[in-house]
Amino acid sequence: MSDVSLESNSSLWKDAVHRLARNRAAVISVFVLALIIAACVILPTFHGIIRNPDLQDLPNKNMGPSFSYWFGTDHLGRDILSRVLSGGRISIAVGLITTLVSVTIGVCWGALSGYAGGKTDAVMMRIVDILYALPFLIVVILLGKTLEPLTSQLTKGVVGWFSPPGSLSASINKTTAWVEPITTLVPLFIAIGALSWLTVSRIVRAQVQSIAKQEFVEAARSLGLGHFRILFRHILPNTLGPIIVYTTLTIPGVMLLEATLSFLGLGVKPPYSSWGILIDEGANRMLSNPWLLFFPTLFFASTLFALNFLGDGLRDALDPKSAKD
Amino acid sequence: MFPRVTFRGLLLIAAPFLLLLGSCQKESQVDRATREGILLVGNSAEPKALDHQLVTGVIESKIITSLFEGLVADDPSRDDAAIPGAAASWEHNEDMTGWVFRLQPQGKWSDGTPVTAHDFVFAYNRLLHPDFAGPYAEMLYFLEGAEAFNKGKITDFSQVGVKAVDDFTLQLKLREPVPYLPSLTRHYTWFPLPQHVVLQFGRMTDRFTKWSVLPNIVGNGPFKLTEWRFHDFIEVKRNTHYWNAAQVGLNGIRFYPVENPYTETRAFLSGQLHTTYQLPSDLIRTVKKNDPEFLRQEPYVGTTFIRLNTTRPAFSDPRVRQALSLTIDRGQICEHIMEGFIPATSLTPKMGSYEPEAKLRFDPERARALLAEAGYPNGDGFPVFSMLISRPAARAGAEALQAMWLKHLNIRINIQNMDWGSYISAQQSLNFDMASAGWIGDYLDPTTFLNIWTPGNGNNNTGWSDLQYDSLLRAAALKSNPAERTALFREAESLLMDAQPILPVSHYTRNYLLRPEVKGWHPLLLDNHPWGAIRLER
Amino acid sequence: MLANLIGRFLQGIFVLFVLFTVTFFLIKALPGGPFKSAEKAIPEHIRAKIEAYYGLDQPVRVQYFRQLGNLVQGDPGLSLRLEGREVTEIISQAFPVSLRLGIAAMTIAMCLGIPLGVVAAWRKNTLMDYSAMALAMVGICIPAFVIGPLLADQFGRRMNLLPAMGWDPTDPSSWMLPALTLGLATGAYLSRLTRAGMLEILSQDYIRTAKAKGVGSLRMLIRHSLRGGIIPAVAFIGPAFAGIISGSVVIESVFAMPGLGLHFIKSIEVGDAPMILGSVMLYGTLIIIANFLTDLLGLWLNPRLRASR
Repeated sequence: MSDVSLESNSSLWKDAVHRLARNRAAVISVFVLALIIAACVILPTFHGIIRNPDLQDLPNKNMGPSFSYWFGTDHLGRDILSRVLSGGRISIAVGLITTLVSVTIGVCWGALSGYAGGKTDAVMMRIVDILYALPFLIVVILLGKTLEPLTSQLTKGVVGWFSPPGSLSASINKTTAWVEPITTLVPLFIAIGALSWLTVSRIVRAQVQSIAKQEFVEAARSLGLGHFRILFRHILPNTLGPIIVYTTLTIPGVMLLEATLSFLGLGVKPPYSSWGILIDEGANRMLSNPWLLFFPTLFFASTLFALNFLGDGLRDALDPKSAKD
Repeated sequence: MFPRVTFRGLLLIAAPFLLLLGSCQKESQVDRATREGILLVGNSAEPKALDHQLVTGVIESKIITSLFEGLVADDPSRDDAAIPGAAASWEHNEDMTGWVFRLQPQGKWSDGTPVTAHDFVFAYNRLLHPDFAGPYAEMLYFLEGAEAFNKGKITDFSQVGVKAVDDFTLQLKLREPVPYLPSLTRHYTWFPLPQHVVLQFGRMTDRFTKWSVLPNIVGNGPFKLTEWRFHDFIEVKRNTHYWNAAQVGLNGIRFYPVENPYTETRAFLSGQLHTTYQLPSDLIRTVKKNDPEFLRQEPYVGTTFIRLNTTRPAFSDPRVRQALSLTIDRGQICEHIMEGFIPATSLTPKMGSYEPEAKLRFDPERARALLAEAGYPNGDGFPVFSMLISRPAARAGAEALQAMWLKHLNIRINIQNMDWGSYISAQQSLNFDMASAGWIGDYLDPTTFLNIWTPGNGNNNTGWSDLQYDSLLRAAALKSNPAERTALFREAESLLMDAQPILPVSHYTRNYLLRPEVKGWHPLLLDNHPWGAIRLER
Repeated sequence: MLANLIGRFLQGIFVLFVLFTVTFFLIKALPGGPFKSAEKAIPEHIRAKIEAYYGLDQPVRVQYFRQLGNLVQGDPGLSLRLEGREVTEIISQAFPVSLRLGIAAMTIAMCLGIPLGVVAAWRKNTLMDYSAMALAMVGICIPAFVIGPLLADQFGRRMNLLPAMGWDPTDPSSWMLPALTLGLATGAYLSRLTRAGMLEILSQDYIRTAKAKGVGSLRMLIRHSLRGGIIPAVAFIGPAFAGIISGSVVIESVFAMPGLGLHFIKSIEVGDAPMILGSVMLYGTLIIIANFLTDLLGLWLNPRLRASR
């Protein structure tokens, strides 16, 4: 059984991609994801295709979907289509970056803890216990305060990098509008990334513990393979299923957490928006203007559905044994 | 297999609901409460305490006014009327600095002990005592010597202008003419304390003792406390010892501290409350359409404003502050965002005979000229300032202002959400640029708005002060002629609105829901509905 | 086993001590303070007196040891937000609410999530799997602050079946909606994790052998693979349960439940140290217990681990 994963990597990946391509749900998911990401990244960049997401038109507020406003307008008369798309850019960035950070930390921590066992395990898991119980909210408030000056420096730096020397202030404004929403999120990436890996680590640890005692691991050990190699080449691949699933479960969590934290000053700053904030604003108005909730939720949910079915497909594709099914 | 699994699953999920269907015909909570004479009130938040000398808020005031009563009571329908409360009658000398209150001979605490003038003297002594450190002691500074006593400059309380002439006669000596004293004594800081109970559980100057919790608390109001569960509800029941108990229409009141206004509205519409504390402005239209019979929109003495830190270089120039103010389209904001609110034309809302000069207007043309004069033509070189907001609900208004300033002045403002503690501390330490804020009047006199902007006032937080403004307020305080007072206040407020350390945006409107079976509830500027006068009728 | 137990107990004490110390200094670093955050500013000379009354003017070292001493005796002291009320009184009112809500929600979540996950894994990549997982995704994608108000509006305002807010310990109908809202989301997570765990087991050899012999029934699946398959779900349940019973702010806000979550948030807003520390210690204890029980359960679910110890 272990010899399967000892085969050359290239054929393993080729097989995986091949298997993935045969999974209809996964293929559809890839298309949906590509479409949403492309729309969110490209459309808001070029003015003229869609409206300016921050432009207010108070007399035309709370309008239902129509030909001129496909998704309707919000409580300040802004175009919801543009806001959903430009907010998606931020939410996708938040979801991917923070999840990547937290899952990486969590997988490494949990795997080491579970594999090492004994005292190391105890120490590592007690640290997790402490972090679990630490009042996250206080940490967030303090991080926001501490990192606030840093982010404005960062924005200036990045804008300066991208704009040619001596350029007009107008172009600086345009670049700022692109860069600022993302750079202001750096404290958020740090806060969420640093504190949301705990459950992943416990899940991975439990999986690793159960697999580490199986025959093929003993076999690998008796072959004299190094711990590192055993852990990352033989044990971890067998825990990939729960890791992938938990990763796809973390994404919606952090996207919504971003909205909560933005009310504490750590997330996106108005007038910029995100799916989480749009859903939150829509939730309060769902009885009078349901489309305020419907369209952001539609995009949010489609993305997550696609990510989940893609994750499931990926799991199947990477499972070397499923080929024989 | 497939259909069987889902059917079982469905049954499992539906079972509790099916069971409930049997019991769904029961009468709603409000109907039962109406039958029992219990008023169900949404009260927005958990009170910090019910000892009225420990609190400063409006939430607490609602409950405290059901448990205690001041010298003068609120009239159920007229703002400026002063009707007998704990005092049956009162008179004042010619220049309104000496007042005598004769207490109700039948006045009793809820344990049957008579309410005497000594209970008032004791209460004022406690609130003003430096060791007790009452947060809102300054409300009593109108008494002669009170401020000096509170600040430890004199230690003999008999030098403070309050005296019990006999058990039922209270004499007050004021430091200046206060024609609105009866209105002032309706505020809970002027309420008496049951000396015999307070001293039973500790010394007078102990901050918190068990006297103000169940089962010890004793009051002189129409109701007495019977249950208090944190974040759940507070229940008060009829006080049979109240001097006017025969006129009390309710058997009890339940105050629900529902923080989330959307939840409160849902609960009201589901028949769980007789009245709500607030209606979110995005729900006003829906309610107007579906349940117009419940909607109440009433003026309220309060103002929303933007506080500026005038120690910031750009904001130290009054022309910049005026330019910002002139580009706030208050009409649009009140029509579209703070629905039902009234566009502010000055800081103080109209109250009684006082009406400030309408100074604020919308004039982008003039604003651009002022900004250019100040050295920022077309907004060039204007620093990027941050505006603090503390509640998600303030976000829409802030975004509208942000867009208006960008459109008319071409200047960018950041909006910074903050938790409450950071928001307050940033302002108190003048470590902010601008902040979205509000102020609710405590009593019906312009001083409740104008005194804030004197130097050293803890709520000023703008870094702004003006000698002429201060001397106008001082001069007004010494006048007992209402017309002369008002004229001086108008002058002071004009000065304030020219300087604009704050940019008033709108005057509050109380948007809330009320069931028609609640009788004796009339619009009041301070929103202090005397609980004793309310009754429930189907 | 006994040595193990004592070891875990001592570790737990150490965790609580570190937790206390870190939290204490985090609170001290918070801007504002219990008497600086009043809506109407408290004059300086008065605030100084109040802070002296509560010992907040003493050196941080003194405050630290006093607070630590209080907690060792099991009494966090007096709340500063709800001035003068004992923290133990506040927690003893709110904790039963959160506990009952948590148990109800967890029951719903487990009854819903685990069977759904097992069935989905059993009929992997079929319509049944897809519909079960789509259902779970709905629970994950629609946040509690949307589902809660929707349920409350439907069952409260429109049908007048269940109360839209409030808490009545004697009337289960008052906690049905909050428990359902909380349970649906947690159940959705559980079902995804159960499915993933089951699939890992199902792709292992001994199950494949069993399958090859033609025993593919649901009963076989549960008998052979459920034990190993719910390991990830169990690792999730422990901390999730501790989190739920120490208060869930969104649910408490949407349904006006008098649980622990709102107290906690409010005390952080004003820097009410005794209340924050009391809650954090309670939550820390719950986490330690939950993770300990999870580990025990893991041992039971995974006999191989036991043998090696």
